Amino acid sequence: MPSPKRIGKIEFGLFSPKEIRKMSVRKIIWADTYDEDGFPYPQGLMDLNLGVIDPGLRCKTCDQRAADCPGHFGHIELAKPVIHVGYTRLIRKLLRVTCRSCSRLLLSTDEIEKAVIAEDEGTGTDTLSEKDIKKEQICPHCGEQQYKINFEKPTTFSEVWMEDGKKMEHRLTPADIRARLEKIPDEDLRALGINPLVARPEWTVLTVLPVPPVTMRPSIILENGQRSEDDLTHKLVDIIRINQRFKENQDAGAPQLIIEDLWELLQYHVTTYLDNEVAGCPPARHRSGRPLKTLSQRLKGKDGRFRGSLSGKRVNFSARTVISPDPNISVVEVGVPLAVANEMTVPIRVTTMNLEEARQYVLNGPERPTVNSPCGANYVIRPDNRRIRLSEANLQTVAEMLEPGWVVERQLRDGDIVLFNRQPSLHRMSIMAHRTKLMDGRTFRLNPAVCPPYNADFDGDEMNLHVPQTEEAKAEAQILLAVQENILSPRFGGPIIGGIHDHVSGIFLLTHGLRWFRKEDVMYLVQHHRISSLPPPGKVEDGVPFWSNKQVFSLILPRELNMVFHASSCQNCVECKREGCERDAYVRIQDGQLVSGTIDKKAVGAFDGQILHRTIRQHGMRRTAEFIDDMTRLAIRSIMLDGFSFGIDDEDLSKTEYGQIREMLESAANDVRMRIKIFEEGALEPMPGRTEEETLEMQIMQVMGKARDRTGEIAGRHLGLENSAVVMAVSGARGSMLNLTQMAGCIGQQSVRGERIMRGYDERTLPHFRKGDRGAEAHGFIKNSYKSGLSPTEFFFHAIGGREGLVDTAVRTSQSGYLQRRMINALQDLKVAYDGTVRTTGGRIIQFLYGEDGTDPAKSSYGDPVDVKGIVESVLKGER
Amino acid sequence: MSITFNVLDHEMVPEHSIMNEEEVKSLLETYRITIEQLPKIFHDDPAVRAIKAKPGNVIKIIRSSHTAGRAESYRLVIKRPKK
Repeated sequence: MPSPKRIGKIEFGLFSPKEIRKMSVRKIIWADTYDEDGFPYPQGLMDLNLGVIDPGLRCKTCDQRAADCPGHFGHIELAKPVIHVGYTRLIRKLLRVTCRSCSRLLLSTDEIEKAVIAEDEGTGTDTLSEKDIKKEQICPHCGEQQYKINFEKPTTFSEVWMEDGKKMEHRLTPADIRARLEKIPDEDLRALGINPLVARPEWTVLTVLPVPPVTMRPSIILENGQRSEDDLTHKLVDIIRINQRFKENQDAGAPQLIIEDLWELLQYHVTTYLDNEVAGCPPARHRSGRPLKTLSQRLKGKDGRFRGSLSGKRVNFSARTVISPDPNISVVEVGVPLAVANEMTVPIRVTTMNLEEARQYVLNGPERPTVNSPCGANYVIRPDNRRIRLSEANLQTVAEMLEPGWVVERQLRDGDIVLFNRQPSLHRMSIMAHRTKLMDGRTFRLNPAVCPPYNADFDGDEMNLHVPQTEEAKAEAQILLAVQENILSPRFGGPIIGGIHDHVSGIFLLTHGLRWFRKEDVMYLVQHHRISSLPPPGKVEDGVPFWSNKQVFSLILPRELNMVFHASSCQNCVECKREGCERDAYVRIQDGQLVSGTIDKKAVGAFDGQILHRTIRQHGMRRTAEFIDDMTRLAIRSIMLDGFSFGIDDEDLSKTEYGQIREMLESAANDVRMRIKIFEEGALEPMPGRTEEETLEMQIMQVMGKARDRTGEIAGRHLGLENSAVVMAVSGARGSMLNLTQMAGCIGQQSVRGERIMRGYDERTLPHFRKGDRGAEAHGFIKNSYKSGLSPTEFFFHAIGGREGLVDTAVRTSQSGYLQRRMINALQDLKVAYDGTVRTTGGRIIQFLYGEDGTDPAKSSYGDPVDVKGIVESVLKGER
Repeated sequence: MSITFNVLDHEMVPEHSIMNEEEVKSLLETYRITIEQLPKIFHDDPAVRAIKAKPGNVIKIIRSSHTAGRAESYRLVIKRPKK
């Protein structure tokens, strides 16, 4: 194998007309493509010298068939030069820095030298730029007065000067421009940073146009037998037609006006041929009105040649469908519909050891009737790499022919390892390896506990599944990508897989306070767990044994776990009452027994599950994955034990509370009115650095915010843990007390950019209010709740406040998406070398030790290298 | 006004020092790299100017790190390229 070579330099240049003619195999003069018999016209756009696309024909240049001929360039001789749109900026720059008469740089030799010397001192630039040339001056070489060059998009250049106080304008034709560029001496070009050997500036004005080979603009034959030409061919047809007409008119000595019109038309066609999205130029359209996809459009953008074809890859052995939840499967599993499993295969190499097994796969054939039937095979591959598709007809014969060295492509079955992915793939946990589990239905099934890393929900999300095809790929998937290996996120060093929503509510309901279960209930709760024996009952009453809720939860805890922490419901009291906490928020686990406290989001939730974090460190990934499975199952059983629902009447308060809320809001409104009065009397003491008006606004915001909070308190007094929304908020499953306040109490102040709503009409937000009204309700305070319903003005303010949030999210996602793309492009090839350094592919060092400390963030404890608290707790076993 | 501020005196600026030839040689040997494979720093960087390093010098930067305690890094001084 040849050793890789280092690239010394890359040269970018322009094609000279000479080169274009040299590489051309045919001069194209006819705008026609095929004759009536469907045979290409000689010297037409589909000339056989340009390559062949029709099967059976041979290329006249290389004598190869359609599959082998790479295609060859032709050329069109343009009647008059036209400007290449891609180089208009360069042309403008060159015209502005050179003399209009002698085409020398508008600097004397000394001045050029000065710029070069300045370069050595590190202050100058290595090439001259437009800024180095003074405006409105006389050529130092020939003394010619210079005119201003005006450039009008897309391709028009003109000279502007003042004469007798009048503005004069003279249009430059491409021929004029080309003549000027031709005269620029080579040395002057070098000073400008242009290498005249590879890019003479006059080559930016085209006199001859290359015609790309037919292989890059093939015509397709429609169902009705009609030929449909490529967009590029259409555009080339236009160019040739106009070019032809132009020539005829020129030869016939047509008036200047007509010549100019045709010239401009030719310029238009060449421009749109090169780039159909130029500013200031209407795009050339297809007959149907669709803009043509010309050269530049083929390369640009997401679906262009670079991003779409070269860096974008498509794969086989993949499947995509809608996802839905299944809390009864393990987090490491994925439910695969039979239809997908029958189509996707794993290659099995036949050896003497598995010949019979492989034969059975073949005999089972490609149609697997049910989820529980043994898997079959879709293809076999012979040692000569020929693929044989299996069907009912050839099962027997193929099975008999099978021998070591063949490969059988077996269908997916339970326990196969597959990669599962949801876009956007923003972090490494967006692709994880699961074990398959065949299921009826048409959707992929996944345990809700793995939704956070994928950021998936079930409102119609689709996900992709890939089947690794080699043993190496399978091993890599199992070791690096398996779900249990990715429970800890390298983003913050904590678990990213864990209980969500109902898991948290369920486990909260189970473990909160003290409850006693009879044996039947305990059995119901743990029936799906691998538990072989129950501990001794916590109490026996009248000969009936009872187990406490904490005992039931302890059944699934690892035996040696010791920890102490505060639950989500902890209110951060000044003096912690520990075991005596009235909210049961002091969690203490001793030797795998939950002694006190409620299990909730802080304990088992995704992102901050402390138990998960600790078990990973002390018992490993696999045990934690088992714990998550056990915990989610137990949580789902316990939430079903009592049932859990939320309805409109859960937002009801009693008469007293409604009265209190009304009074409260009344007094707040009065307070605001009073403050406005003080302000209007000019007696308001402004806060430091603020105007009186700003001070007033801040005070009002504060008063209204407090008013909303107070209504929340009033509503909260009425709503206890018997309310489902309170359970969800307290346990951290979903929603907050604020959400509940807004549903039951009062929605509160709506704001735009942190201020009360001020926009709208002249000195008022809506015509319902008086001009200059500063009152609460005139500036977006909503005293109703979502339950009681909004008044028309309130509704309008709510829409204003809501819109801000929507715009913010839209802007944020697009910005962070682009940032992410740039980051990935910049960092994708970095790797950590064996000596711990971070290097580029060229061996250049980026960091001397990965992350300065050489630690894997996923193995750190929330950013700290050692989990001191965990070690102390497991030694002290919760004692102090 | 002749009071010039020395950036190295600021508490947020890590310690910079010019390495001598032997140190550079052993550094390049430890990492088995050529001098071009080192991270770069421009000659007009305020800290580089403060220690009067010239293009071609290798400087050693010692930072205090939250996780590692002390992190060493090395940079090759290069001329700032013209725009």
